[in-house]
Amino acid sequence: MRYFPHTEEDIRRMLETIGVESLDALFSGVPPDCRSSGSMNLPDPLCEWELDRKMDEMAGQNAAVPNLTLLLGAGRYHHHIPSIVPALANRSEFLTAYTPYQPEISQGTLQAIYEYQTLAARLMGMDVVTASHYDGATALAESLLMAVRKTGKSTVVVSRAIHPHFRQVIQTYLKPTGFVVVEAGFTDEGTTDLTGIDWTDAAALAVQSPNFFGCVEPLSRHADAAHGTGALLVASFTEALSLGILKNPGSQGADIVAGEGQSFGLPMGFGGPGLGMLGARQDLVRTLPGRLIGKTRDRNGNPGFVLTLATREQHIRREKATSNICSNNGHCALTAAIYLATLGAEGLVRMARTNHNKAAYLAEKLQEIGMPLVFSAPFFNEFVVQAPPRFEAVRRTLMEKGILAGLSIQTHYPELDNPYLFCATETVSRAEIDRFLAEVKP
Amino acid sequence: MKDITELRFPENLRYASDHEWARREAEEAVIGISDYAQDQLGDVVYVELPKVGARFAKGDVFGTVESVKAVSELIAPLAGEVVAVNSALENTPDLVNSDPYGEGWMMRLRCTQPEQYDELMTSGAYVAMLKG
Repeated sequence: MRYFPHTEEDIRRMLETIGVESLDALFSGVPPDCRSSGSMNLPDPLCEWELDRKMDEMAGQNAAVPNLTLLLGAGRYHHHIPSIVPALANRSEFLTAYTPYQPEISQGTLQAIYEYQTLAARLMGMDVVTASHYDGATALAESLLMAVRKTGKSTVVVSRAIHPHFRQVIQTYLKPTGFVVVEAGFTDEGTTDLTGIDWTDAAALAVQSPNFFGCVEPLSRHADAAHGTGALLVASFTEALSLGILKNPGSQGADIVAGEGQSFGLPMGFGGPGLGMLGARQDLVRTLPGRLIGKTRDRNGNPGFVLTLATREQHIRREKATSNICSNNGHCALTAAIYLATLGAEGLVRMARTNHNKAAYLAEKLQEIGMPLVFSAPFFNEFVVQAPPRFEAVRRTLMEKGILAGLSIQTHYPELDNPYLFCATETVSRAEIDRFLAEVKP
Repeated sequence: MKDITELRFPENLRYASDHEWARREAEEAVIGISDYAQDQLGDVVYVELPKVGARFAKGDVFGTVESVKAVSELIAPLAGEVVAVNSALENTPDLVNSDPYGEGWMMRLRCTQPEQYDELMTSGAYVAMLKG
């Protein structure tokens, strides 16, 4: 993005125009106790090549791909990003801090988001998809508020097999509102256990598939259970690429689908920014928070794109808006649309299959060296194994060797026995997996 | 938007300051929004109505009406229990524009405090309020 600093001359002329003597005088209205006094604790300025070297040194302290064999997912996934994706997405026409929704000047951006909505709706099996949200966790929390609005009930049943961070965000959204969150446990197979659940006043059942353990949930069965009590089924996901190979949630009875789309062409970053994908059945359209782009015709009959159903949003309804804590991660949605268009329907299926095959190979080999799968339900590209006690020490030495091997999920699930969550995507080669296995072999 | 003199405010109805009207029928009352309200809103595209059996106090929000310009809350002018809603509005919300006092009615209440009806404005008082 362009950055134009003001020159001394610019500043002098601006101050002169408004009749202020100096920059300090301009800010004199800020109360003294709100202003910093003295100099800031910053190092001396560096020239460009010194700064480059400094930043490289700092970056070198990170364990980061591609210099790392990454056998970890848990909500962020390392997928190859075809170079056409950033090349198109980073065109300056698309890069703006302002949300460009004025249809007279923003047909390109609006069409891009419309295309994203169309692709996402097909993948999730939903009738209507929003222009996106901050991330999967906030999209999921919003979807539970939708269910509460739609049903007029005030309890939500949330699976413990949903990503722990997603569940924290649900608490953050729902706790102050007085809505009750009931947790459902999981079975020995690794999927959500609904036996003994108190469905009184339940607005929704929320499950994630593949869930945090990587296991594919029986969504149709969950849909029947929820619908039988008058609750909606909310299906979430953290690994969007799984949609390339699994039956879409809508076809299995999900009323709302809310998940994270980072896998679609977005780098892992430091956990963000993400892409909150949120879609629903048509009869829930007026409970959807955030932006929707619609296709219409102008007065000359030409097709065009505009914001639609915006009357429920905060710039019109203020405190009565459907949501006051949502925005649209427009550039991430655009990137996802380009990624999906690049892979195409067939490419997405092949990519998903490659992921599953790599993970299946890793799981099989880990079992052979004494790290059995904890759960028996089918998985996509992640799974949980029970590691021997000495594994944590080995794992630390592997970090030094450039291998990030799984994540202990013991603190989140104390009832499991030394559980490690592993992931393999298309980016990890069989040679890398074999090298890792040779290191771990007892 | 039309001038107030071009709008209709039937004498047989009572009006609330939030622009709902009520028509008493024995122990029940039919509720809708006034010609002025529909004219201010513009083309109505969606009406969200309560479920039969819902109970409201006077002043409670009983639904929303959405036009191309805005979403507005519908305020119950009387206390009561909903005995019927106008399901025709689901697919033809524009009835609120074309016939606000007839086909565009919204709900029928069994009044729990019928005396509230007499507290509502007459047509003349409502027009006087609109003219400010």
